Amino acid sequence: MINRGGIVAALGLSALMAMIVAPAHADPDNNQLIIDGEVIITDVAAPDDSPLDRIYSGWRFRSPETQSLQMDDFENPGFVAVDDAIESWDTAEGSEGKSCASCHSDPSSLAGLRTTLPKWDEATNKPATMENLINRCRTDRMGAEAWGWEQKEMVNMTALVSLQSRGMPVNVQTDGPMAEWIEKGKDLYYTRVGQLNMSCSNCHEDNYGNQIRSDHLSQGQVNGFPVYRLKWAGLGSIHRRFKGCMENIRATPFKRGSDEFIALEAYVASRGAGLAVETPSVRN
Amino acid sequence: MRKLIVAATAAILCSTAIALADTVGPNEVKIVDAAVEGSLSGQAGDAAAGRDIMINRKLGNCLACHQNSEIPEQPFHGEVGPPLDGVADRWSEGELRAILVDVKTAMNPDSIMPSFYSLNLGVRVAESFAGKTILQAQQVEDVLAYLMTLKEE
Repeated sequence: MINRGGIVAALGLSALMAMIVAPAHADPDNNQLIIDGEVIITDVAAPDDSPLDRIYSGWRFRSPETQSLQMDDFENPGFVAVDDAIESWDTAEGSEGKSCASCHSDPSSLAGLRTTLPKWDEATNKPATMENLINRCRTDRMGAEAWGWEQKEMVNMTALVSLQSRGMPVNVQTDGPMAEWIEKGKDLYYTRVGQLNMSCSNCHEDNYGNQIRSDHLSQGQVNGFPVYRLKWAGLGSIHRRFKGCMENIRATPFKRGSDEFIALEAYVASRGAGLAVETPSVRN
Repeated sequence: MRKLIVAATAAILCSTAIALADTVGPNEVKIVDAAVEGSLSGQAGDAAAGRDIMINRKLGNCLACHQNSEIPEQPFHGEVGPPLDGVADRWSEGELRAILVDVKTAMNPDSIMPSFYSLNLGVRVAESFAGKTILQAQQVEDVLAYLMTLKEE
Protein backbone atom coordinates (compact mmCIF):
# COMPACT_ATOMS: atom_id res chain seq x y z
CA MET A 1 0.00 0.00 0.00
CA ILE A 2 1.41 3.37 -0.97
CA ASN A 3 1.15 6.14 1.57
CA ARG A 4 2.68 9.39 0.50
CA GLY A 5 1.99 11.33 3.68
CA GLY A 6 0.02 14.44 4.44
CA ILE A 7 1.92 17.14 2.59
CA VAL A 8 2.03 15.38 -0.74
CA ALA A 9 -1.62 14.40 -0.37
CA ALA A 10 -2.54 17.99 0.41
CA LEU A 11 -0.68 19.26 -2.66
CA GLY A 12 -2.38 16.66 -4.81
CA LEU A 13 -5.69 17.63 -3.30
CA SER A 14 -5.29 21.31 -4.08
CA ALA A 15 -4.30 20.48 -7.65
CA LEU A 16 -7.45 18.42 -8.10
CA MET A 17 -9.57 21.08 -6.43
CA ALA A 18 -8.22 23.65 -8.87
CA MET A 19 -9.19 21.45 -11.77
CA ILE A 20 -12.65 20.71 -10.43
CA VAL A 21 -13.47 24.19 -9.18
CA ALA A 22 -12.38 26.00 -12.34
CA PRO A 23 -13.58 23.91 -15.27
CA ALA A 24 -12.24 24.94 -18.64
CA HIS A 25 -14.91 26.03 -21.10
CA ALA A 26 -14.21 25.11 -24.67
CA ASP A 27 -15.70 27.98 -26.59
CA PRO A 28 -18.76 27.53 -28.77
CA ASP A 29 -17.97 27.98 -32.44
CA ASN A 30 -18.15 31.32 -34.26
CA ASN A 31 -20.60 30.32 -36.95
CA GLN A 32 -23.43 32.66 -37.82
CA LEU A 33 -27.03 31.51 -38.09
CA ILE A 34 -28.59 33.04 -41.19
CA ILE A 35 -32.01 31.90 -42.39
CA ASP A 36 -33.48 33.41 -45.55
CA GLY A 37 -30.95 36.23 -45.39
CA GLU A 38 -31.96 37.10 -41.83
CA VAL A 39 -29.30 36.92 -39.14
CA ILE A 40 -30.55 35.15 -36.02
CA ILE A 41 -28.69 36.25 -32.91
CA THR A 42 -27.10 33.21 -31.23
CA ASP A 43 -25.15 34.92 -28.47
CA VAL A 44 -25.75 37.94 -26.30
CA ALA A 45 -24.52 39.38 -23.02
CA ALA A 46 -26.08 37.39 -20.18
CA PRO A 47 -28.99 38.92 -18.25
CA ASP A 48 -28.04 40.95 -15.15
CA ASP A 49 -28.61 38.26 -12.54
CA SER A 50 -27.02 35.49 -14.61
CA PRO A 51 -24.04 33.53 -13.29
CA LEU A 52 -22.71 33.54 -16.88
CA ASP A 53 -21.03 36.37 -18.79
CA ARG A 54 -22.39 35.51 -22.17
CA ILE A 55 -25.19 33.22 -23.25
CA TYR A 56 -25.18 31.05 -26.36
CA SER A 57 -27.82 29.23 -28.31
CA GLY A 58 -27.38 25.47 -28.41
CA TRP A 59 -26.99 25.89 -32.19
CA ARG A 60 -23.44 27.12 -31.58
CA PHE A 61 -22.45 23.81 -29.99
CA ARG A 62 -23.66 21.57 -32.81
CA SER A 63 -21.72 20.16 -35.76
CA PRO A 64 -21.68 22.10 -39.04
CA GLU A 65 -23.86 19.36 -40.58
CA THR A 66 -26.56 19.74 -37.93
CA GLN A 67 -26.26 23.53 -38.05
CA SER A 68 -26.82 23.63 -41.79
CA LEU A 69 -30.13 21.77 -41.44
CA GLN A 70 -31.50 24.72 -39.50
CA MET A 71 -30.26 27.31 -42.01
CA ASP A 72 -32.66 26.30 -44.73
CA ASP A 73 -36.38 25.91 -44.01
CA PHE A 74 -36.69 23.42 -46.86
CA GLU A 75 -34.00 21.20 -45.32
CA ASN A 76 -35.17 21.72 -41.74
CA PRO A 77 -37.09 18.53 -40.85
CA GLY A 78 -39.08 20.50 -38.26
CA PHE A 79 -41.03 22.19 -41.02
CA VAL A 80 -43.01 19.03 -41.76
CA ALA A 81 -44.62 19.62 -38.36
CA VAL A 82 -45.20 23.27 -39.14
CA ASP A 83 -47.01 22.35 -42.36
CA ASP A 84 -49.20 19.86 -40.48
CA ALA A 85 -50.04 22.51 -37.90
CA ILE A 86 -51.08 24.99 -40.62
CA GLU A 87 -53.71 22.47 -41.63
CA SER A 88 -54.91 22.05 -38.03
CA TRP A 89 -54.99 25.82 -37.68
CA ASP A 90 -57.74 26.10 -40.27
CA THR A 91 -59.65 22.98 -39.20
CA ALA A 92 -62.79 23.53 -37.09
CA GLU A 93 -63.07 21.15 -34.16
CA GLY A 94 -65.29 20.76 -31.13
CA SER A 95 -68.83 21.79 -30.20
CA GLU A 96 -68.39 25.47 -31.15
CA GLY A 97 -67.43 24.74 -34.73
CA LYS A 98 -64.35 26.93 -34.46
CA SER A 99 -60.80 26.62 -35.68
CA CYS A 100 -57.75 28.56 -34.46
CA ALA A 101 -58.29 30.82 -37.48
CA SER A 102 -61.78 31.75 -36.29
CA CYS A 103 -60.34 33.89 -33.50
CA HIS A 104 -56.71 34.46 -34.48
CA SER A 105 -57.05 34.73 -38.27
CA ASP A 106 -53.44 34.17 -39.34
CA PRO A 107 -50.76 32.50 -37.14
CA SER A 108 -48.68 35.65 -37.59
CA SER A 109 -51.14 37.44 -35.30
CA LEU A 110 -49.42 35.58 -32.47
CA ALA A 111 -45.94 36.92 -33.29
CA GLY A 112 -44.09 37.70 -30.07
CA LEU A 113 -46.07 35.34 -27.86
CA ARG A 114 -43.31 32.72 -27.65
CA THR A 115 -40.83 35.26 -26.27
CA THR A 116 -42.97 35.86 -23.17
CA LEU A 117 -43.68 32.27 -22.15
CA PRO A 118 -44.23 30.96 -19.58
CA LYS A 119 -46.18 34.03 -18.44
CA TRP A 120 -48.40 34.78 -15.48
CA ASP A 121 -51.98 33.68 -15.99
CA GLU A 122 -54.64 35.33 -13.80
CA ALA A 123 -57.19 32.67 -14.76
CA THR A 124 -55.26 29.83 -13.13
CA ASN A 125 -53.15 31.86 -10.73
CA LYS A 126 -49.98 30.27 -12.07
CA PRO A 127 -47.71 30.61 -15.09
CA ALA A 128 -49.03 29.37 -18.42
CA THR A 129 -46.89 27.64 -21.02
CA MET A 130 -47.80 27.59 -24.70
CA GLU A 131 -49.26 24.12 -24.25
CA ASN A 132 -51.52 25.47 -21.48
CA LEU A 133 -52.72 28.35 -23.66
CA ILE A 134 -53.43 26.15 -26.66
CA ASN A 135 -55.44 23.72 -24.55
CA ARG A 136 -57.39 26.57 -22.97
CA CYS A 137 -58.41 27.67 -26.47
CA ARG A 138 -59.40 24.14 -27.34
CA THR A 139 -61.49 23.39 -24.27
CA ASP A 140 -62.96 26.83 -23.49
CA ARG A 141 -63.39 28.45 -26.90
CA MET A 142 -63.66 25.52 -29.32
CA GLY A 143 -65.37 22.99 -27.09
CA ALA A 144 -62.78 20.47 -28.22
CA GLU A 145 -60.77 17.94 -26.27
CA ALA A 146 -57.49 19.00 -24.75
CA TRP A 147 -54.39 17.66 -26.46
CA GLY A 148 -51.78 15.67 -24.57
CA TRP A 149 -48.58 17.53 -23.76
CA GLU A 150 -46.46 15.55 -26.18
CA GLN A 151 -49.25 14.63 -28.59
CA LYS A 152 -48.14 15.20 -32.16
CA GLU A 153 -50.82 17.82 -32.87
CA MET A 154 -49.82 19.77 -29.77
CA VAL A 155 -46.09 19.75 -30.50
CA ASN A 156 -46.76 20.72 -34.11
CA MET A 157 -48.99 23.62 -33.07
CA THR A 158 -46.45 24.93 -30.54
CA ALA A 159 -43.91 24.84 -33.38
CA LEU A 160 -46.14 26.84 -35.72
CA VAL A 161 -47.00 29.48 -33.11
CA SER A 162 -43.41 29.74 -31.85
CA LEU A 163 -42.12 30.14 -35.41
CA GLN A 164 -44.05 33.42 -35.63
CA SER A 165 -41.59 34.81 -33.05
CA ARG A 166 -38.44 33.54 -34.77
CA GLY A 167 -35.65 36.07 -34.45
CA MET A 168 -37.35 37.95 -31.61
CA PRO A 169 -35.56 38.08 -28.23
CA VAL A 170 -36.74 35.95 -25.32
CA ASN A 171 -38.23 38.22 -22.70
CA VAL A 172 -40.00 36.37 -19.89
CA GLN A 173 -41.35 38.14 -16.84
CA THR A 174 -39.31 37.38 -13.73
CA ASP A 175 -40.78 39.83 -11.24
CA GLY A 176 -44.22 40.23 -9.71
CA PRO A 177 -46.12 36.98 -9.33
CA MET A 178 -43.56 35.18 -11.51
CA ALA A 179 -40.76 35.78 -8.98
CA GLU A 180 -41.82 32.90 -6.75
CA TRP A 181 -41.89 30.50 -9.71
CA ILE A 182 -38.54 31.65 -11.02
CA GLU A 183 -37.10 31.05 -7.56
CA LYS A 184 -38.65 27.58 -7.44
CA GLY A 185 -37.21 26.79 -10.86
CA LYS A 186 -33.81 28.03 -9.74
CA ASP A 187 -33.90 25.71 -6.72
CA LEU A 188 -34.62 22.79 -9.04
CA TYR A 189 -31.85 23.87 -11.42
CA TYR A 190 -29.25 23.65 -8.66
CA THR A 191 -30.60 20.54 -6.91
CA ARG A 192 -28.58 17.38 -7.38
CA VAL A 193 -30.79 14.50 -8.42
CA GLY A 194 -30.56 10.82 -9.14
CA GLN A 195 -28.03 8.09 -8.54
CA LEU A 196 -25.47 10.05 -10.55
CA ASN A 197 -26.18 12.95 -8.20
CA MET A 198 -25.96 15.88 -10.59
CA SER A 199 -27.80 19.16 -11.05
CA CYS A 200 -28.59 21.00 -14.28
CA SER A 201 -25.83 23.46 -13.38
CA ASN A 202 -23.12 20.77 -13.18
CA CYS A 203 -23.29 20.26 -16.93
CA HIS A 204 -24.94 23.34 -18.42
CA GLU A 205 -23.38 26.08 -16.28
CA ASP A 206 -20.05 24.61 -15.17
CA ASN A 207 -19.21 22.51 -18.22
CA TYR A 208 -20.88 23.90 -21.32
CA GLY A 209 -18.54 23.65 -24.28
CA ASN A 210 -16.97 20.45 -22.98
CA GLN A 211 -17.50 17.03 -24.50
CA ILE A 212 -19.29 14.50 -22.33
CA ARG A 213 -18.34 11.43 -24.30
CA SER A 214 -19.93 12.03 -27.75
CA ASP A 215 -22.13 14.94 -26.61
CA HIS A 216 -21.00 18.55 -26.79
CA LEU A 217 -22.53 20.18 -23.72
CA SER A 218 -24.49 23.38 -24.36
CA GLN A 219 -25.89 25.89 -21.90
CA GLY A 220 -29.21 24.08 -22.06
CA GLN A 221 -31.05 27.09 -23.49
CA VAL A 222 -34.68 26.58 -24.52
CA ASN A 223 -35.03 29.33 -27.15
CA GLY A 224 -35.31 26.80 -30.00
CA PHE A 225 -38.16 24.64 -28.67
CA PRO A 226 -40.00 22.65 -29.70
CA VAL A 227 -36.82 21.26 -31.16
CA TYR A 228 -36.31 18.75 -33.96
CA ARG A 229 -33.90 16.28 -32.40
CA LEU A 230 -32.14 13.88 -34.73
CA LYS A 231 -32.07 11.39 -31.85
CA TRP A 232 -35.88 11.58 -31.58
CA ALA A 233 -36.37 11.73 -35.35
CA GLY A 234 -39.04 14.26 -34.53
CA LEU A 235 -40.06 17.35 -32.60
CA GLY A 236 -40.23 17.40 -28.83
CA SER A 237 -41.23 19.75 -26.06
CA ILE A 238 -39.06 21.44 -23.45
CA HIS A 239 -40.49 19.16 -20.78
CA ARG A 240 -39.61 16.09 -22.82
CA ARG A 241 -36.01 17.26 -22.85
CA PHE A 242 -36.04 17.93 -19.09
CA LYS A 243 -37.43 14.44 -18.56
CA GLY A 244 -34.71 12.85 -20.70
CA CYS A 245 -31.99 14.68 -18.78
CA MET A 246 -33.36 13.51 -15.44
CA GLU A 247 -33.57 9.94 -16.68
CA ASN A 248 -29.95 10.11 -17.84
CA ILE A 249 -28.98 11.06 -14.31
CA ARG A 250 -31.00 8.07 -13.04
CA ALA A 251 -33.62 10.22 -11.35
CA THR A 252 -37.39 9.90 -11.35
CA PRO A 253 -38.43 12.74 -13.65
CA PHE A 254 -41.24 15.15 -12.93
CA LYS A 255 -44.23 14.86 -15.21
CA ARG A 256 -44.65 16.94 -18.33
CA GLY A 257 -46.85 19.90 -17.47
CA SER A 258 -46.10 19.56 -13.73
CA ASP A 259 -45.63 22.67 -11.60
CA GLU A 260 -41.98 21.65 -11.20
CA PHE A 261 -41.27 21.56 -14.92
CA ILE A 262 -43.25 24.76 -15.53
CA ALA A 263 -41.14 26.48 -12.84
CA LEU A 264 -37.95 25.05 -14.36
CA GLU A 265 -39.03 26.14 -17.85
CA ALA A 266 -39.65 29.67 -16.57
CA TYR A 267 -36.27 29.82 -14.86
CA VAL A 268 -34.35 28.35 -17.79
CA ALA A 269 -36.16 30.72 -20.17
CA SER A 270 -35.09 33.63 -17.95
CA ARG A 271 -31.46 32.47 -18.16
CA GLY A 272 -31.79 32.80 -21.93
CA ALA A 273 -33.34 36.28 -21.96
CA GLY A 274 -32.11 38.14 -25.03
CA LEU A 275 -31.44 35.07 -27.18
CA ALA A 276 -33.56 34.89 -30.32
CA VAL A 277 -36.39 32.41 -30.68
CA GLU A 278 -35.20 29.75 -33.17
CA THR A 279 -38.17 27.42 -33.40
CA PRO A 280 -38.10 24.89 -34.93
CA SER A 281 -34.43 24.43 -34.13
CA VAL A 282 -32.46 21.32 -35.11
CA ARG A 283 -30.22 19.57 -32.62
CA ASN A 284 -28.59 16.20 -32.09
CA MET B 1 -6.61 -20.74 -0.95
CA ARG B 2 -9.09 -18.40 0.71
CA LYS B 3 -9.61 -16.77 -2.65
CA LEU B 4 -10.56 -20.12 -4.13
CA ILE B 5 -13.09 -20.86 -1.42
CA VAL B 6 -14.70 -17.45 -1.74
CA ALA B 7 -14.85 -17.76 -5.51
CA ALA B 8 -16.44 -21.17 -5.23
CA THR B 9 -18.98 -19.91 -2.72
CA ALA B 10 -19.83 -16.99 -4.96
CA ALA B 11 -20.32 -19.34 -7.86
CA ILE B 12 -22.68 -21.55 -5.89
CA LEU B 13 -24.77 -18.82 -4.30
CA CYS B 14 -26.18 -15.88 -6.17
CA SER B 15 -23.26 -13.50 -6.05
CA THR B 16 -25.36 -10.38 -5.59
CA ALA B 17 -27.43 -11.83 -2.74
CA ILE B 18 -24.63 -12.62 -0.36
CA ALA B 19 -22.47 -10.21 1.47
CA LEU B 20 -19.03 -11.67 1.33
CA ALA B 21 -17.44 -11.64 4.73
CA ASP B 22 -14.66 -9.37 3.55
CA THR B 23 -16.80 -6.91 1.60
CA VAL B 24 -16.97 -3.42 3.05
CA GLY B 25 -20.48 -2.02 2.57
CA PRO B 26 -20.93 1.51 1.19
CA ASN B 27 -21.95 2.81 4.61
CA GLU B 28 -18.94 1.21 6.29
CA VAL B 29 -16.22 2.64 4.08
CA LYS B 30 -13.80 4.79 6.06
CA ILE B 31 -12.31 7.73 4.25
CA VAL B 32 -9.28 8.90 6.23
CA ASP B 33 -7.07 11.76 4.98
CA ALA B 34 -8.80 11.58 1.58
CA ALA B 35 -7.89 7.92 1.20
CA VAL B 36 -9.50 4.52 1.64
CA GLU B 37 -7.00 1.81 2.54
CA GLY B 38 -7.69 -1.86 1.87
CA SER B 39 -9.73 -3.62 -0.77
CA LEU B 40 -13.49 -3.02 -0.57
CA SER B 41 -14.16 -6.58 -1.66
CA GLY B 42 -11.32 -8.26 0.20
CA GLN B 43 -10.01 -9.30 -3.21
CA ALA B 44 -7.45 -7.87 -5.57
CA GLY B 45 -8.79 -6.02 -8.58
CA ASP B 46 -8.66 -7.29 -12.15
CA ALA B 47 -7.21 -4.55 -14.33
CA ALA B 48 -8.59 -5.97 -17.58
CA ALA B 49 -12.11 -6.10 -16.13
CA GLY B 50 -11.61 -2.57 -14.84
CA ARG B 51 -10.73 -1.34 -18.32
CA ASP B 52 -14.02 -2.75 -19.62
CA ILE B 53 -15.98 -1.11 -16.79
CA MET B 54 -14.33 2.19 -17.62
CA ILE B 55 -15.60 1.98 -21.20
CA ASN B 56 -19.06 0.53 -20.44
CA ARG B 57 -21.72 3.26 -20.55
CA LYS B 58 -23.93 1.36 -18.08
CA LEU B 59 -21.15 0.84 -15.53
CA GLY B 60 -18.25 3.19 -14.96
CA ASN B 61 -18.51 5.17 -18.19
CA CYS B 62 -15.38 6.97 -17.00
CA LEU B 63 -14.64 7.95 -20.61
CA ALA B 64 -17.74 10.15 -20.55
CA CYS B 65 -15.72 12.72 -18.63
CA HIS B 66 -12.06 11.65 -18.77
CA GLN B 67 -9.64 11.42 -21.67
CA ASN B 68 -7.43 8.31 -21.53
CA SER B 69 -4.73 7.64 -24.12
CA GLU B 70 -4.55 3.97 -23.15
CA ILE B 71 -8.00 3.39 -24.72
CA PRO B 72 -7.44 4.74 -28.24
CA GLU B 73 -9.91 2.34 -29.84
CA GLN B 74 -12.85 4.18 -28.28
CA PRO B 75 -13.66 7.30 -30.32
CA PHE B 76 -15.23 9.66 -27.77
CA HIS B 77 -13.40 10.74 -24.64
CA GLY B 78 -14.87 13.43 -22.42
CA GLU B 79 -13.39 16.75 -21.32
CA VAL B 80 -15.26 17.32 -18.08
CA GLY B 81 -12.70 15.81 -15.69
CA PRO B 82 -8.90 15.71 -15.76
CA PRO B 83 -7.20 13.28 -18.21
CA LEU B 84 -6.31 9.92 -16.69
CA ASP B 85 -2.92 9.56 -18.35
CA GLY B 86 -0.38 9.01 -15.59
CA VAL B 87 -3.07 9.13 -12.90
CA ALA B 88 -1.21 6.52 -10.83
CA ASP B 89 1.80 8.85 -10.67
CA ARG B 90 -0.31 11.58 -9.13
CA TRP B 91 -2.35 9.63 -6.59
CA SER B 92 -1.77 6.72 -4.28
CA GLU B 93 -3.93 3.63 -4.48
CA GLY B 94 -5.81 4.65 -1.33
CA GLU B 95 -6.48 8.13 -2.70
CA LEU B 96 -7.72 6.80 -6.01
CA ARG B 97 -10.00 4.38 -4.16
CA ALA B 98 -11.45 7.30 -2.18
CA ILE B 99 -11.98 9.31 -5.37
CA LEU B 100 -13.89 6.40 -6.89
CA VAL B 101 -15.90 5.65 -3.74
CA ASP B 102 -17.09 9.18 -2.96
CA VAL B 103 -15.08 12.11 -4.24
CA LYS B 104 -17.52 14.56 -2.65
CA THR B 105 -16.74 13.33 0.86
CA ALA B 106 -13.09 12.65 0.16
CA MET B 107 -12.15 15.88 -1.57
CA ASN B 108 -14.66 18.30 -2.97
CA PRO B 109 -18.35 18.50 -2.08
CA ASP B 110 -19.02 20.44 -5.30
CA SER B 111 -17.45 17.94 -7.70
CA ILE B 112 -19.61 16.87 -10.62
CA MET B 113 -18.11 13.36 -10.38
CA PRO B 114 -20.59 10.67 -9.32
CA SER B 115 -19.81 8.73 -6.15
CA PHE B 116 -19.46 5.19 -7.43
CA TYR B 117 -19.65 3.36 -4.10
CA SER B 118 -21.81 5.54 -1.90
CA LEU B 119 -25.46 5.79 -0.94
CA ASN B 120 -25.13 9.53 -0.44
CA LEU B 121 -27.09 10.22 -3.63
CA GLY B 122 -29.20 12.97 -5.18
CA VAL B 123 -32.92 13.36 -4.51
CA ARG B 124 -35.55 11.48 -6.54
CA VAL B 125 -33.33 8.49 -7.34
CA ALA B 126 -35.10 6.37 -9.96
CA GLU B 127 -36.78 3.35 -8.39
CA SER B 128 -34.62 0.85 -10.26
CA PHE B 129 -31.46 2.41 -8.80
CA ALA B 130 -32.73 3.23 -5.29
CA GLY B 131 -30.49 1.97 -2.49
CA LYS B 132 -27.89 0.79 -4.98
CA THR B 133 -24.38 1.97 -5.60
CA ILE B 134 -23.31 2.66 -9.18
CA LEU B 135 -20.57 0.01 -8.98
CA GLN B 136 -20.16 -3.09 -6.80
CA ALA B 137 -17.20 -3.36 -4.42
CA GLN B 138 -15.28 -5.68 -6.72
CA GLN B 139 -15.96 -3.44 -9.73
CA VAL B 140 -14.42 -0.50 -7.87
CA GLU B 141 -11.37 -2.64 -7.14
CA ASP B 142 -11.19 -3.66 -10.81
CA VAL B 143 -11.27 -0.05 -12.00
CA LEU B 144 -8.70 0.84 -9.36
CA ALA B 145 -6.39 -1.98 -10.49
CA TYR B 146 -6.65 -0.63 -14.02
CA LEU B 147 -6.01 2.98 -12.94
CA MET B 148 -2.88 1.83 -11.09
CA THR B 149 -1.46 0.70 -14.45
CA LEU B 150 -1.70 4.24 -15.86
CA LYS B 151 1.83 5.44 -15.17
CA GLU B 152 3.99 7.73 -17.22
CA GLU B 153 6.99 8.20 -14.91
